[in-house]
Amino acid sequence: MPAPLLVPALVAVVFLILPLAGLLVRAPWSSLASALSGSDATQALVLSVWTSSVTTAIALIIGVPLAWVLARTTFPGQRLLRALVTLPLVLPPVVGGVALLLAFSRVGLVGRYLDSWFGLTIPFTPIAVVMAETFVAMPFLIITVEGALRSADQGFEEAAATLGASRMTVFRRVTVPLIAPSLGAGAVLCWARALGEFGATITFAGSFPGQTETMPIAVYYALENDPNAAIALSLVLLVVSVVVLVSLRDRWLRRGPVA
Amino acid sequence: MRRFAVITAGLAVVAMAGCSSSGSGGSSPSPSSTTKAATTGTITVFAASSLMGTFTQLGQQFDAAHPGDTVKFSFGPSSGLSTQITSGAPADVFASASPKNMTTVVTAGDAASPQDFAKNTAEIAVPPSNPGKVTSVTDLAKSSVKVALCQPQVPCGVIAGEVFKNAKITVKPVTLQPDVKSVLTQVELGNVDAGVVYVTDVMAAGAKVKAVPIPATDNASTLYPIAAISKSTHLSIAQAFVAYVLSSAGQQVLTAAGFEKP
Repeated sequence: MPAPLLVPALVAVVFLILPLAGLLVRAPWSSLASALSGSDATQALVLSVWTSSVTTAIALIIGVPLAWVLARTTFPGQRLLRALVTLPLVLPPVVGGVALLLAFSRVGLVGRYLDSWFGLTIPFTPIAVVMAETFVAMPFLIITVEGALRSADQGFEEAAATLGASRMTVFRRVTVPLIAPSLGAGAVLCWARALGEFGATITFAGSFPGQTETMPIAVYYALENDPNAAIALSLVLLVVSVVVLVSLRDRWLRRGPVA
Repeated sequence: MRRFAVITAGLAVVAMAGCSSSGSGGSSPSPSSTTKAATTGTITVFAASSLMGTFTQLGQQFDAAHPGDTVKFSFGPSSGLSTQITSGAPADVFASASPKNMTTVVTAGDAASPQDFAKNTAEIAVPPSNPGKVTSVTDLAKSSVKVALCQPQVPCGVIAGEVFKNAKITVKPVTLQPDVKSVLTQVELGNVDAGVVYVTDVMAAGAKVKAVPIPATDNASTLYPIAAISKSTHLSIAQAFVAYVLSSAGQQVLTAAGFEKP
């Protein structure tokens, strides 16, 4: 192996692994249970898991059809549309939070009507958490599924269509099974991104234990007054991330291109 | 292989030098004049969010009075700042909105003999239109009134808790914000009906918020201690800044902003 490649590669490995080692070394192993049993920690974990799951469900219901539209149809402005819906991938999440606030806050573009007509205020509720997470995480599902749709063999769909299947039947019975692995991977990716969401959530949804204080926000605040709890919570998120990675092993840990 | 390792090591040294030079900045003409570098330079003051307006002004005045010296600020919740300092953040001065967070820093051995330089009292801030029709502290207990408070470990959260205890009410806030300025922002944006902040914040916000005073019998206040950080590389400048905040010129700025004498 040539040294000019090997040395920087080793630096990269050390840089990526050292912080994780730090987390494991500093972890309060003996008092882990008590650090995690605080009601705030449990509340935050429960809130994070269910909001991320709802986010993924929403992304599957509205994101997959959008991926299909982007992959299988052509219309003027499609490239612009694709750029716009995938923008949250590169947009700083805090900016997403500010944008959501300006649209849906009590005095926002849409929020003021929700408030005056229905008495509905979104910020500071778990709905706001789900909205922030969906805004940030759904594009991960959309681009994964769109990529799979583009690379899938359309011969099967055409065959089904010539045999008299409607477009909807083709989508349900042929397309979805064909892209199922990517669908699963996209959903897991979306769920993991939603679980880690911080910037948009704290900006748009605020923070209150049991309502809007998700795991990453709990970690952030715990670091100020109870660092051991922060480390313990971080460990939980690390374990969840490892589980996510293992579930994606067929796609990420094997060599070769992925859709 | 070896040659490359030397190059990477060299790069690392250059990178480190680049980092450290930004800390000493300022006007020292040559790196050899070490005695001069110790008396002029840039210091970083970690200060509570509620000091943002006054300390920015004090910093400019200090810069003007001490040619060659520059004061930079990092504003945030006192609880967060104290954690950063005890974790080794490069602070030269710490100005806390609560003696408790200063004690944390002193106990860790990062500062000694802090001095109180100001006192601040709680006040309710409401949007100018007062959508929640808040006229007294007891209105905050109504479920229809959306209230923003600071996190319970942040001094402004502690003081709000004392006020509610004195007024014998239970308030269920819709959000617990990271620091006092973000509580004020939620009020200014009209996202909440009320927030408990400091008298000085309401004064600084001008027409953007309206004040609802808290009766003296229910109100609570907090002391602001300041200290130079022992590990400061510019300890003399840090001490000079602390002295400036305590001086009559410094006190004048603080009083004008609504702070009381400790």
